Amino acid sequence: MPKSLVKAGAEIDGFTIGECVHAGGMATLWTVTHPGIDMPLLMKIPRVSEGEDPAAIVSFEMEMMILPRVAGPHVPACFGTGDFAHQAYVVIERIPGATLYKRLPDLPLPYDEARQLVAKIATALADLHRQNVIHHDIKPSSIMFRGSGEAVLIDYGLSHHNHLPDLLQEEFRLPYGTAPYMAPERLLGVRDDPRSDLFSLGVLLYFFTTGERPFGEGETLRAMRRRLWRDPYPPRALRAGYPPWLQEVVLRCLEIEPVWRYPTASQLAFDLTHPDQVKLTARAERLKRDSLGVAWRRRFNQGVMQPRAKSDVAAQIASSPILAIALDTVEGAPELNEALRVTTERILATLPSARLACLNVLKLNRIAIDRTLDEQGSNKHIDRLVALRHWAAPLKLDESRLSVHVLEAVDPAAAILEFAEVNHVDHVIIGARQGSFRRTLLGSVSAKVASEASCTVTIVRPPRMAGDVAEADDGEAAG
Amino acid sequence: MLLAVFSDIHGNRQAFEACLKMARAKGAERFILLGDFVGYGADPEWVVDTAMELVARGAIAVRGNHDQAVNSSAETMNAEAQVAIEWTRGRLDRAQRRFLAELPMLMEDDGRLFVHSEASSPQRWHYVRSTADAAKSLIATPAHITFCGHIHRPALYSMSVTAKMTSFVPKTDVSVQLLRGRQWLAVLGSVGQPRDGDPSASFVLFDTVSCQITYCRAPYDVATAAGRIRDNGLPHWLADRLSQGR
Repeated sequence: MPKSLVKAGAEIDGFTIGECVHAGGMATLWTVTHPGIDMPLLMKIPRVSEGEDPAAIVSFEMEMMILPRVAGPHVPACFGTGDFAHQAYVVIERIPGATLYKRLPDLPLPYDEARQLVAKIATALADLHRQNVIHHDIKPSSIMFRGSGEAVLIDYGLSHHNHLPDLLQEEFRLPYGTAPYMAPERLLGVRDDPRSDLFSLGVLLYFFTTGERPFGEGETLRAMRRRLWRDPYPPRALRAGYPPWLQEVVLRCLEIEPVWRYPTASQLAFDLTHPDQVKLTARAERLKRDSLGVAWRRRFNQGVMQPRAKSDVAAQIASSPILAIALDTVEGAPELNEALRVTTERILATLPSARLACLNVLKLNRIAIDRTLDEQGSNKHIDRLVALRHWAAPLKLDESRLSVHVLEAVDPAAAILEFAEVNHVDHVIIGARQGSFRRTLLGSVSAKVASEASCTVTIVRPPRMAGDVAEADDGEAAG
Repeated sequence: MLLAVFSDIHGNRQAFEACLKMARAKGAERFILLGDFVGYGADPEWVVDTAMELVARGAIAVRGNHDQAVNSSAETMNAEAQVAIEWTRGRLDRAQRRFLAELPMLMEDDGRLFVHSEASSPQRWHYVRSTADAAKSLIATPAHITFCGHIHRPALYSMSVTAKMTSFVPKTDVSVQLLRGRQWLAVLGSVGQPRDGDPSASFVLFDTVSCQITYCRAPYDVATAAGRIRDNGLPHWLADRLSQGR
């Protein structure tokens, strides 16, 4: 291995080295500049001299493979890599500020602050998983925030890319990572399940809202293996007044079996953004851990757990989308609402982990002052929530997969588009109003949603009756 | 430079043409042929002529077990392969047979090794079926990257400096950087008789500057290739398996 060429003032592949800003166990970080790149940069150099941990090399190789393949606001931009034949390095954008590790003295954080923080991290994870990468080292020191608010995930040395060779697959006899945050299946050598990241994020959320780590700090394999059968103390046992919805979210992330966790990071982000819509189960009420009997059964029945199917990140995300259905519960024709339900049912039938958000827009007047009560004096907002639930009831969806939302807006299309954007909706289903006078007058909501949404949009029309032909043909592509 | 690497063409003109066309469209500048030009398919003459032309213009070619069997009855093969080889022998002229007979067992070029089966004992035609087989091949050569075929199923293995192995089934069209800190064994799928469940022709592009390998698939006219096999009286299973990719 050639001697390190890195010192202040040296030049590597056009990058001029500045000062060393961090010297960690696995790598050192240097500021660098490059003509033509107008952004603060960091060069990360692995420690590869005699006697260093070989893990440092392999992790670095993994980072060199993954960093140039990922993009977007939730990862540091990568500007170059150099490999071990000459001088190994990666050059990434320098994100200003500190990692979330700096917040540890402030724990526990106020619930709402922790909720917003973790929602942002879940959004970042969803974006990473969509790029076929499982982070595998989610912990406070791997998380930073941009000035604009987005979470940035750093350190990809333990990550897994579904489309690249996994260099860590046979490298270590013991699972490699940060013990307090490691998902139980990682202890069994599983590296291809994105829900392992949701477990780690659950540990972080638990820690940030209670001040305690759910599985302690034990670094020994024996201590770590306990999480394969022993559940943590419910947060409500540690802090009276812990919100039940938050405990529901935390404990769902910390489920031992990945299938019991959220199917995707997007769905976790959705719950954290709509705490009032979190479906409470027995998890929310728990004040004690599972009885010893239950825990011991888990402990001694591990061998009989069914063998895991190989997980495919992309396939799993694709089977767990967020669907949004926009309904007009007030003026919508019953046959259209029925057609919407049939279409929704068909889509849901193929997607067992999808969740459905039912939307209704309460149109506000541009000028007049809006009244929350209708002519009969009942609350319009609540009436519509009830109507949405009534529409969805025949779908027989588990409550944890269904949410209802009344959006108040002057422009219904804009409101639906915004909801889809903010909540990372994968598919919007919307009805087309047939040959209506209102449409001619006001323009088409579904046409605007279809043309401007960044996700898939399905436009539904009621079945055409004989004799309707002329009128239906009259309506263009979308009503 | 962008290399296009093809293996196990097996007399399938339609598949080879589709691969060459796709590789050229993607900017391939040099061609590498990993052997088994003949056997199974119904157009051995065209395939061998094309290979001879490519070699005359600088392509690298090595010998496969079917190429050897054309000139030697000592190679043992299964019954269908044997029928196809005997049929092929009658189709090739002397120059074509000599081209196959004179192919080298392996070729080395700038830290890259090209061989039909694997590097530990190329003349024994072992298959790389597992990480252990891959390790045996990698230990036998100092080359940074070994390219081989023979098994008709794509795979990518690596060995770290501490002799730890990784195995991976490459994803079509996703390039992988073959890092210099470790050795790599790139096992190619087959151009003319894929057996990984995907009937489209398989080949590889390799960028010598960025060290990136990309496994590609070229759809081709399977019906015509299969029809030619049947029309020439070759075993029908050799035609049927093309549409199934196994």
